[in-house]
Order: sequence, then structure tokens, then C-alpha cells
Amino acid sequence: MHLPAILPWGAAEGFSKQMLLVLLSVVIIAAFFVLAARKQQLVPGKLQFAGEAAYGFVRNGIAKDIIGGRDFIKYVPLLFSLFFFILVNNIYGAIPLLQLPTFSHVGGAYVLAGLVYVTWIAIGIKKNGIRYFKLATVPSGVPWFILPIVVPIEIISNFLVRPVTHSLRLFATMLAGHLIMMIAGSGIEFLVMQENILLKGTSLLVLAGAIALYMLEALIMVLQAYVFTLLTAIYIEGALHADSH
Amino acid sequence: MNQLITSAATEGEVNPLMPNLWEMGVVLAGFLILLFIVVKFVVPMFEKTFAERAEAIEGGIAKAEKAQAEASAALEEYKQQLTDARAEANRIREEARAEGAQILADLKEKAAAESARITAQAHAQIESERQAAVVALRSEVGSLATTLAGRIVGESLDDDARAARVVDRFLADLETQNAGAAK
Repeated sequence: MHLPAILPWGAAEGFSKQMLLVLLSVVIIAAFFVLAARKQQLVPGKLQFAGEAAYGFVRNGIAKDIIGGRDFIKYVPLLFSLFFFILVNNIYGAIPLLQLPTFSHVGGAYVLAGLVYVTWIAIGIKKNGIRYFKLATVPSGVPWFILPIVVPIEIISNFLVRPVTHSLRLFATMLAGHLIMMIAGSGIEFLVMQENILLKGTSLLVLAGAIALYMLEALIMVLQAYVFTLLTAIYIEGALHADSH
Repeated sequence: MNQLITSAATEGEVNPLMPNLWEMGVVLAGFLILLFIVVKFVVPMFEKTFAERAEAIEGGIAKAEKAQAEASAALEEYKQQLTDARAEANRIREEARAEGAQILADLKEKAAAESARITAQAHAQIESERQAAVVALRSEVGSLATTLAGRIVGESLDDDARAARVVDRFLADLETQNAGAAK
């Protein structure tokens, strides 16, 4: 499953390609947005405009729309970092030679989902006090005799299943896409090596299918970054306004 | 395909859901570094630009509104001045008309007074002339009558006192006669 390390070369454990790509993504994102934001012109240039559009997408399209109110701006940095960190790391899977969506290794997805899990619970407690757990698990307006069924379901779905689905959704889609690409690539290679000309020819069919799947994967890479960030915003909003849910 | 199978075979025991701790550490560190840069630089810079832009736009709007307010104030002032000027003109016209009427009335009064004075003067003059004529006539007629009567009667009536008495009586009779005739 895991590639051999770069440092020390070929070892089972060590500094791997995946780690290098993660750190590279930090450099790419930070460099791009610092360069784009640096000039701060009222009438933006091309780079600044692109940066502002990307920033505005997360700021207005996710944070403001979902969280709203006056304090959404506090959560923009987290949502912004999440979106572009995941986006760039996913897109790696669609770039020839790199071809490794970093979150096809489950560790990163656990880390990010865990950070988000801690964050929204902390926000909920800070906003509503310890009462938050009651607000989050006991829905209002439910008859008392149904509560014994509803409360355990709420506890399981909110506090146990949520971080798992949040992380595995990202990881599984990336892994699946990565595997499909690998299988298609290996399959094409295998078919081309065959002596039989007809079998050789079928490799073209696989290639056509692989290209279509590549497009689909590219879409899913962007979509999953968006979904992960959107869900984070929804969780934070739920924690902020627990008393009205 | 062969490679894939062998690689899967060599690491067949690895559960894909089991994370590599080193990778988790790198992702955590990388993400926190990114978050730090975003919190510290990217978001403040973008927000500052947004705020400045909003201010520039709102400032422009405020400036335009101020100019419009000034323009409407000036218009209001001009209208006020125009109304004032019209009122002033009306007032002056009214005053002139009143003054003209006053002057006309004065002149009329003065003319009436003058004519009355002239008439009175004429009356007085006529009266005095008549009086003088009556006196002159009376003495003339008296002397003429006396002379005539003296001639007729042959008696000298030059005794003035007596003659005057006779004439007066005669004239009084004449006046009573006249008055009776007039009735």
C-alpha cells in the first residue's frame, strides 16, 4: 500500500513521496495566496483577481452562506485552509508523474477530520456551555417516550459516526480513484504486451474508459474538497446555533 | 498488472484504514503551518483589501450624496431668493401705487382748496364791488334825484341833511316795494 520512502531511499518507513507532496502543497498554497494578496490594489490585477475569487468562493460561498451572521469571519481561515489544502492534495492525483492524491492514505484524512471534530465540539461548548451536549443530543419537540430511542441515535450519529464518515468519505473517494487509475494503467500495459493483435487492440477500449474515468476523478477531487469544507461549515454552524436546532 | 499484484501481495496484510503515524504527523504539521500563514497573512490581507474597496465605493457614494445635497440646498436657496425678490417687487409696486394714489389725492385736495379759495376771493371781491357800487350808486342816485327834484320843485334841497333823509326814506320804500314785488 505505502510507497517506499525517499529518505532513506527505498526503506519501508521514512520520508515518503506522500509527505513531500503534503509539504509541497503548503508551499504552493501559501505562495500563491500571499503573492495574490500582497499588492492589495483596489482595482486588482489578474493574479490578485484570481486570488480574490478563490478566497471569496470560500469566504462568501461557504462561510458566509452556511454560518452567516457577524462571526462567520472567525471561521474563514480554517475553512479556507481546509478547502485549498484538500483541493491541492487531491489534484495531485490528476497531475501526470505526481499522480498521488495524498488523502488516498488515510492518515491525513483522520488528522483533518479529527481537527474539525475537536473544533466544532469546542465551539459548541464555548458558545452554550456544558449544556451543549444536551442540546446536541436531545432534539426539542420530540415526545418523551421516543427520547430513549432518539437520544442514543443522536449521540451515535453526531459524536461517533460523524468524524468517521467525514474522514472516510474523503479517503475512500481518493483511494478508489487512485486504484481505478492504477488498475486501468496496469491493465493497458498488460494488454499492450499481449501477442494476440485483438487483445492488443482492446487496450484502446480500456484507454478510452480510463480517460473518461480520469475526467470523473478530476471532478470528484474538486467536489470532495468542497464537500469536506462544506460539512465542516455545517458542523460549526450546528455547534454555534445548537439551541435553535 | 503484475507489478500491482506483487505489490499488493507483499503488503497484503496492510489494512488501508490503518494510518501511518508519520504521515499523520506530516499532514498535521503541514496543515497547521498553512493555517498559521492563512490566519497571519492571507486572510488579513484579503479582508483589508475588501474593506478598503468597500470603503472606496461607499466613500464615493457618500461624496455623491453630499454633492447632491449641496446642489439641492443651492436650488432651494435660489428659489427662496426668487420668492423674496418677487415679494419685494410686489411690495415696491404696491407702495408706488399707494404713493401715487396719495399724491393724486393730495393734488385733488389742493386743487379743490385752491378753487375754493379763488371762488371765495371772487365772491368777496364781487361783494365788495357790489357794496362799493351800491354806495356809489346810492350817493349818485341820491344827488341825481335831489338835483332832479330840486329842479322840478324849484326848491333848493341843498340842505344835505334833510336831503339825505329824504333819499334814504325813498330808497327804503323802493326796497320794500321791490321786496313786495319779488314776493
